[in-house]
Amino acid sequence: MEPRVKKKVLTVDDSRTMRDMVSFTLRGAGYEVVEAADGQAAMTAIAASKVDLVITDLNMPVMDGLTLIRKLRAIPAHRSLPILMLTTEADDSKKAEGRAAGATGWIVKPFNPDKLISVVQKVCG
Amino acid sequence: MDDLSRFKQTYFDESAELMAVAEAGLLRLSPGDVDMDEVNAIFRAVHSIKGGAGAFGFSELVAFSHEFETVMDELRNGAIPVTTDLIDTLIRANDLLGQLLGCAGDEIDPPPGLTDDTVAALRHALAANRTGDPPQPVAESAAPPASATPDDEDDEAGIFGDALAAIHAARADDDPPGTGSGTADRVRWTIRFRPKSDLLLSGNEPAYMLRALRRLGEADIHCHLDDLPALADLDAELLHLSWTITLTADASVGRDRIDDVFEFVADDCDLQISADAPLPAVVEPSAPAASAAPPPPARTEPSAVPGPPAAQTTTTPATTSPATAKSDGAKTDGPAKPRSGNSGGDHGGLTTHTIRVDLDKIDRLVNMVGEMVITQAMIAEHLRDLPPGQFQELQEGLEQLAQHTRELRESVMSIRAQPVSSVFSRMPRLVRECATMTGKEVLLATSGENTEVDKTVVENLVDPLTHMIRNSIDHGLEGPEERERIGKPRAGTVHLSAQHRSGRIVIEVTDDGRGINRAKVLSKAIEKGLVQPGASLTDEEIDNLIFLPGFSTADQVSNLSGRGVGMDVVRRNISALGGRIGVYSTPGEGSRFVLSLPLTLAVLDGMVISVGEERFVLPLTNIVESLRPKPVDLHGLVNKCDVMMARGEYVRLVYLHRLFGIPKAVDDATRGLVVLVETEDGSRLGLVVDEVLGQQQVVIKSLESNFRRLDGVAAATILGDGRVALILDVAGLREMSRHSGDSDRARPTATPTPALAGPSPRQRQTV
Repeated sequence: MEPRVKKKVLTVDDSRTMRDMVSFTLRGAGYEVVEAADGQAAMTAIAASKVDLVITDLNMPVMDGLTLIRKLRAIPAHRSLPILMLTTEADDSKKAEGRAAGATGWIVKPFNPDKLISVVQKVCG
Repeated sequence: MDDLSRFKQTYFDESAELMAVAEAGLLRLSPGDVDMDEVNAIFRAVHSIKGGAGAFGFSELVAFSHEFETVMDELRNGAIPVTTDLIDTLIRANDLLGQLLGCAGDEIDPPPGLTDDTVAALRHALAANRTGDPPQPVAESAAPPASATPDDEDDEAGIFGDALAAIHAARADDDPPGTGSGTADRVRWTIRFRPKSDLLLSGNEPAYMLRALRRLGEADIHCHLDDLPALADLDAELLHLSWTITLTADASVGRDRIDDVFEFVADDCDLQISADAPLPAVVEPSAPAASAAPPPPARTEPSAVPGPPAAQTTTTPATTSPATAKSDGAKTDGPAKPRSGNSGGDHGGLTTHTIRVDLDKIDRLVNMVGEMVITQAMIAEHLRDLPPGQFQELQEGLEQLAQHTRELRESVMSIRAQPVSSVFSRMPRLVRECATMTGKEVLLATSGENTEVDKTVVENLVDPLTHMIRNSIDHGLEGPEERERIGKPRAGTVHLSAQHRSGRIVIEVTDDGRGINRAKVLSKAIEKGLVQPGASLTDEEIDNLIFLPGFSTADQVSNLSGRGVGMDVVRRNISALGGRIGVYSTPGEGSRFVLSLPLTLAVLDGMVISVGEERFVLPLTNIVESLRPKPVDLHGLVNKCDVMMARGEYVRLVYLHRLFGIPKAVDDATRGLVVLVETEDGSRLGLVVDEVLGQQQVVIKSLESNFRRLDGVAAATILGDGRVALILDVAGLREMSRHSGDSDRARPTATPTPALAGPSPRQRQTV
């Protein structure tokens, strides 16, 4: 894979299965992956170390995905951090809501691995 | 597909946890008292199960969980009210979800029509609350669940496991223009991409999009710098560039693949995509054909060199992209200021702190630690034979080794430890069922759910606890009317608690019911021939008669407790785990069942004692002290049981050599030693032994699985010198000694008789 330095992706999802799938797929494609189970944990993870991409579920306990996106965008350092929402809600209202909150793009569950990789490459190289 | 199956286990594990969460939440739900967090948690659980099911293509599961989820969604939106009926339906739905998960796990089709009734009920719940819409006919839901497509979701990506198929299909669908002639197996696309200036703020990065285009074919990328303001005016967060890309790609690369690259920015840019067909007749596909003219509209800046070619650079513009520049800078910043401060020890739900390990691996580890404990004991044994004063360092080293072994053992054991909450959380359900079936009102209180104990112990707790709680509700609690009449609250309370006490876990089931009816128990026991008529038993002894095999007090076998298992089975199961159970009852006030179990089934700290030629191990947790009594301390009682005065109280003496029939042992307590031991319920006993040899960690080897259960013996172990020694069960010893010492008193005939390797003549001599 091309990236010289491994890009670090943070996957945020309350479902372990989903996190596992995202992690496994992206690790296989040469990314480093860290995981968080909710928005709050994601904030902590991002504060602890730089990530190149956030992939977040929307419906989560403690802090949901949209709130996470808004909070991140409110921090100047993360204004252009790529954030993908991983969601089963494919309808445009969710996408629009996500975009308005500042999401870079979306991945629709269930996803196939190639699709995931290609979307990730598109937004973080 | 291997990739897929590796996630399946995670999925099923997780789903089981989610179902438990949902069930607990549903059971706490009641009309008029709706905790929205709870409802949300249930929704999320169902939602996650559905999400995973979609990924694995479990269509029945997806279809059903979708129905379930819809109702939960309406519930959390407040669109439908919580009713008792609805809660029942949802609990049933959760059960079904479990069944469907089971089917998916076993890779079998669920029975046809399995979900019909519940789906109908779920839909009814939705319809009933929506402006009087009649519920959809059940006939519709009777269609095979697989055909009920789960709505909106599968439009973009295929099922995870069908990735290849999906990709092939996508390629087949999208013949680009110009392929028909067979002359062009490559197509040239011209893409004009002019993003809005704030594109970077959404996290999109043109450089990566261009790179994505390059993956599709040979891309000739030209960057237009026309709009670039003077350096002084430059806002680094805004984008002033636009691009023209000539992409030469395989014919298999369809327009949709190119569209995909710009998927997220479609609204934030001017984008024109056209295929340069090899034949003029071929029309470009339906591009947003606003201005299809080759060069972008001429710009008016004076600096602009006319015509795109001159103003183009052919390098990838990544280096000029502010975002990239910034991220490069951040990379070098990174290590310079590690944010160790507040985030260091904070787990914060970050799941990289946990790993999932196969249980077998842990068990192997436990085994190895066990062997290590034995080896260490062996070395210690040998060292004892060396002349004292020499090998000082070796001695010290060994002490440290012992210390580390102990810590290692504890760490390994803690890996296997689990909170009992996983068992406790199943009980609300049970209580609810029992209450319904018996027509009683029952409140369940729990405490100490987080008490940890070995996984095996946790797993084996389910059945005994289930039975004990059933028993408490069925036999212990009175009906609501009767309770009211005697001045108790209508609802009876069952309290389930767990705590650590002297190295064991003690679990109590307490009810505030009528208590054990001793007269009834006694007459029943006599009737069944378990007790001789006329026998005088203490209250405690009568209460404990309920643990005798074949005992049942219910006049009619109720369909609740009387399922062929009595409390005797409970006791047998518990003692198979090295545990004990007892009951304490106050008539009219209730009963308390106390269950005590070892925390781990692998290793224990023991004291090695000798009796004659034999070695025994006493669990350290039972030992109070050891002493050599003076003759004046010893007293023979009328019924010939010896007692000893120790620290101001009389303690019954048990001669181990008599109990177990061991020859050549010290028979006089004043010449041997008395080890004072205490059982969980606090009663004390003096064990007369020859010698106390020393403290040692021992590995527990089950006697049942290698031989058979013996009274007074909890398990066996292997000592440092390779000898097998029995680990004594103090409470069991007390029972044995009581009965053998009470030979002149009437006693339950079914009481286990002391037996170790066959009855020995010495046993009957016992005083």
